[in-house]
Amino acid sequence: MSTGSPAVRLCHLYPDHLNIYADRGNIAVFRRRLEWRGLELDVAEVGLGDPIPADCHLYYLGGGQDRDQLLVAEDLAGKADPLRLAADDGAVVLGVCGGYQLLGHGYAAADGRTMPGIGLLDLETTAGDSRLIGDVVLDVTLDGQTRTVVGYENHAGRTHLGGGCTPLGRLRRGHGNNGSDGCEGAVAGRRMGTYLHGPLMPKNPWLADILLGWALDYAGHPVELAPLDNHLEQSAHAVAATRAGKRR
Amino acid sequence: MRMPSLPPGLAAGAARGAGRLSQKLGRGGGTTLPGLVLSRLRPEATAEMARAVPGGVILVSGTNGKTTTARLVRATLNASGTSVVANTAGSNLERGVATALLNDDGAEIALFEVDEAALPGLIEQTRPRVVALMNLFRDQLDRYGELEHLVERWRRAVAGLDPSTTVIFNADDPAVAEIAAGHPNTVSYGIEDHRVGRDRLPHAADTTECRRCGNPLNYDMVTISHLGRWSCERCGIERAQPNVQAIRVELHGMDGQRLAMATPKGPIEVSLRLPGMHNSYNAIAATATALALDIDPETIGPALARREAAFGRAERTHIDNTRVTTLLAKNPAGANENIRTMLLEDHPLHVLVLLNDRTADGQDVSWIWDVDYELLLESDRLESLTVGGDRAYDMALRFRYAGLDPDRLSVAPSVPAALDAALRTCGAAGDLYALPTYTALLELQSVLAERGLVPAFWEDE
Ligand SMILES: [Zn+2]
Repeated sequence: MSTGSPAVRLCHLYPDHLNIYADRGNIAVFRRRLEWRGLELDVAEVGLGDPIPADCHLYYLGGGQDRDQLLVAEDLAGKADPLRLAADDGAVVLGVCGGYQLLGHGYAAADGRTMPGIGLLDLETTAGDSRLIGDVVLDVTLDGQTRTVVGYENHAGRTHLGGGCTPLGRLRRGHGNNGSDGCEGAVAGRRMGTYLHGPLMPKNPWLADILLGWALDYAGHPVELAPLDNHLEQSAHAVAATRAGKRR
Repeated sequence: MRMPSLPPGLAAGAARGAGRLSQKLGRGGGTTLPGLVLSRLRPEATAEMARAVPGGVILVSGTNGKTTTARLVRATLNASGTSVVANTAGSNLERGVATALLNDDGAEIALFEVDEAALPGLIEQTRPRVVALMNLFRDQLDRYGELEHLVERWRRAVAGLDPSTTVIFNADDPAVAEIAAGHPNTVSYGIEDHRVGRDRLPHAADTTECRRCGNPLNYDMVTISHLGRWSCERCGIERAQPNVQAIRVELHGMDGQRLAMATPKGPIEVSLRLPGMHNSYNAIAATATALALDIDPETIGPALARREAAFGRAERTHIDNTRVTTLLAKNPAGANENIRTMLLEDHPLHVLVLLNDRTADGQDVSWIWDVDYELLLESDRLESLTVGGDRAYDMALRFRYAGLDPDRLSVAPSVPAALDAALRTCGAAGDLYALPTYTALLELQSVLAERGLVPAFWEDE
């Protein structure tokens, strides 16, 4: 498996069920941005009933249709302990859209039923009576740097953060966590959740590199990631930001 | 507040006037405005006009292929001497149907392609004689919501149908098959030819679990996305043998295909000018619909064979010596089929991908990451790649992260500039394939119309 170059091992949770918003785009960005720097990405795909590999550096949960998310929620509850161990040890955990909700304490549907979460992020989600849809722009500060992050949101859930995590960013455009408090996403250490897809990583290479830096650090290979030519990424980022402004 | 309904004659007159005005002002062909005006002035007008059509109403719906299938059905009706009122040029919401009925002068039968989200409403209004349910693929999540919600709305709409309505349905789509299952009067269709199938679901497949018990479905053949010969090991439900089936499918690249079908009224063979397996499905659906309308099997084959591609669906144009083939690509299932069909060609391919994110395209461009563009990049026939449209840079990133050297890619957001860039790289006597989203197709069409190469879209019959 190893060719001598430091590898990031990514655990892709439920690729068959949580993939509605092109989650494979996020994985492709992680893979290429490592490759272009002479590093490797190994991906372990973990489905319903599969055990959680203990030696991964980045755990990724995407978004799915309601039916699939419900199916996954039950299975994920059984994987909560090993995931918590890895996260407590310093592994990176990223949840997008439905995956973000599942990282919280749970999701309360309109009919009162609740879908369990695994509580890796201190947040709760309740069903809203409308979907929050559209382009999003937010200001994000991570590792002492502040940048704009762009994406697309489409969710009925209203997410409220507890004291154990902070918002990923402050909204310039879009609805974010709940459409009312001006915040989007959540961060606690190296655990991160967000509603943004589009997918998230291609137009936000800065964010992708920060997550890869964290994963490499946890893998025991703290490296300064060499700069890459990001001009296409920057153009796409700018177009998305303009879109969000116009459609407001 | 609701306005009182205007009497039929008055409402219709006002609505037609609005259409003529729109055309005079250069605001397009008036393919939907009169219907919109009419539905405001007299909401019950669509239902009244539909009831007045002597041969009844036929609705054709599905995520992909409805335009082409409606055109094919129309060809069989024309060939059998039946006069038809139809909507055209993608005016497939209620207002488009109302406009077509408004402009009708005594046709025997009405035939409408219907947007999948508009189908339940139009079923209620038009009380159709025949409904063809073609397929449901992931498409425009921002507009239609999840596929599951659409499945549920279709299920309720079909449950509300009059038992005498004939439901034509695609047996190869497990979701569509289940929607049609409870209806007493159905005709199913599907593909039986093993040689054209694949043994694995593609990445973009949507309905992969048994709808009754949740177990992953088994496929002994996959055709397009989640379509194929499916079965559930756990609860035992499976795709039933279709009533109208393609027993032989011979794909001849972009030139078309030969289809041999077995039907309850005997075998039908047809040489289609339409390429790809998605068009095999369209032709089988059209055949099943035509048979349900009592059109002779001997009439159907030749009628289908004469039909050429609809607006932007494998339509071919020449720009000087460059041959330009336009293939509408608006969702992963459709785009994947276009790519597979292009790769059946054995000459060098120059490709122009146009991505817009307007309302009719879907504002969320995530879907491009679910298309298997890698097949194109891995092919040694890909000579050049140009991307354009409002979200050209998103498309550029799609290819960059698929591993394409950015130096091999031209990026030009404006559609005319992207077309010119693609034509330059293509050179004389080349073959250019344009893959636009819906509004990018309209833009491309108007660029070509300005250059005198194709008629404006509302002139498309
Ligand atoms: Zn089953």
